[in-house]
Amino acid sequence: MAAAALRNVEVDYPRGGAQTRALGPLSLEIGDGEIVALVGPSGCGKSTALRLLAGLEAPTRGEVARAAGRGETAVVFQAPTLAPWLSARANAALPLELAGVDKAQALARADAALRRVGLRGAEGARPAQLSGGMAMRVSLARALVTGPRLLLLDEPFAALDEITRRALADDVLSVWAEARPAIVFVTHNVEEAVYMASRVAVMTAGPGRIAADVAVKGPLPRPAGFRTTPDFRASVEQVSAALAQGMAA
Amino acid sequence: MRRLVGLVEPWLLIVLLVAGWEIACRALHTPDYFLPPPSHVAQALAANFPVLIAAAWRTLSVAIVALALASGLAQALAVAGALSRTFDRGVHPIASVIQVTPVVAIAPLFLIWAGLDHPGRALVALAMLVAFFPIYSGAAAGLRAADPDLERLFDLYGASAWQRVLRLKLPSAVPFLLEGHKVGAGLAIIGAVVAEFVAGSGNVRGLAWQILDAGNKLQTARMIAALVVLGVMGVALHQALEALERAALKWWRGR
Repeated sequence: MAAAALRNVEVDYPRGGAQTRALGPLSLEIGDGEIVALVGPSGCGKSTALRLLAGLEAPTRGEVARAAGRGETAVVFQAPTLAPWLSARANAALPLELAGVDKAQALARADAALRRVGLRGAEGARPAQLSGGMAMRVSLARALVTGPRLLLLDEPFAALDEITRRALADDVLSVWAEARPAIVFVTHNVEEAVYMASRVAVMTAGPGRIAADVAVKGPLPRPAGFRTTPDFRASVEQVSAALAQGMAA
Repeated sequence: MRRLVGLVEPWLLIVLLVAGWEIACRALHTPDYFLPPPSHVAQALAANFPVLIAAAWRTLSVAIVALALASGLAQALAVAGALSRTFDRGVHPIASVIQVTPVVAIAPLFLIWAGLDHPGRALVALAMLVAFFPIYSGAAAGLRAADPDLERLFDLYGASAWQRVLRLKLPSAVPFLLEGHKVGAGLAIIGAVVAEFVAGSGNVRGLAWQILDAGNKLQTARMIAALVVLGVMGVALHQALEALERAALKWWRGR
């Protein structure tokens, strides 16, 4: 069964008095517990597709289906997007408090989510006191705190250094291994897409359509040294070729 | 040593100016009613000190009450505007009219409304009117300044309009509110003094009345002494608010 699906969606934006196609027609189905990476050139509408899946935006035409209800869908943005006036714990507890969960319980669950992303001991810290990687982890903990069935990540590691982004990629995969939410994440890093996803959807230049849907072989979460395996290299080649073709089209 | 120099430096020019003033007055034999030397101003200040301090407190308390009222009203209207676009559109032009109307021009009207027995009420209302705009425009801008991705997050989790205001918009507006209150406090003092001038009655004996009264009696030294008190009060209030703003911002940012 599908956790979420886009069916023939199109998005038009007004530009200079006329409507300009920004995305589509595009169809994409995300199975339960599946990890799908969306890659494509800048401006192809990757983030728009993600906002459609989140229900933050409505398509001009087409249909968006989601099995996960409100509170079961979580989004991590490109920037940590934390409230500077709240502690890491209060930031992570925010979705629960908005849902009316009792404060003590919300904070306890926030602490648990922070521990799961490796932030034990930083619960009381403010965002300004955290490094970029730690702030991103708080953002991830906030997304996980409700126990989402659909987790949407919009270029979440784009602003981080290579070592931090690899560590966070493994964190996301270990979180996935525990609760198996469906994950859709946007990236323009092909290796990251192949490393994290069981399927890579390659989009064409804007207005974005699906150019190729590449299944990645290999176990999830990834074993050590996966980046040097032939499976990994082959998938990277395949995605890169599709990407080049989609940009030329 | 360097710290000592840093402390002394800003006063250097003032000391030089005062010294020049004293020497000029003595050399030119200026009559006291025209321009008394600083030493005579100091004597007047010492002789009238309790009266001037009491007057300063009266002016300051009018400004403080006006600031508190302006703060409450401005924030309430800005929040209402954040909740309802229609309301926001309605309030904006009125706020603009209030901003561009000189306080001296409407003071007589307020004095009539307050009645001869309660000129104090008119002073508070006038000072409040002056302090209102910077707080309101700061609050209105601040309420719109929330991180758009945080707004999306509130959308995603189905936050109510009130949750949005209390947990996102108002906290996001804190730096704007602090700045608005700082400017508003300075304007409240000016508003209180100007209103006192227009009221001109013996019922409210604040600093402006002291200045008017000394002027009427040609006690120029006392007049300048009252101005000195007004200046010191203004600077002290500004410094206090700057310190408060810094501390509050440090808390808000978490460092």
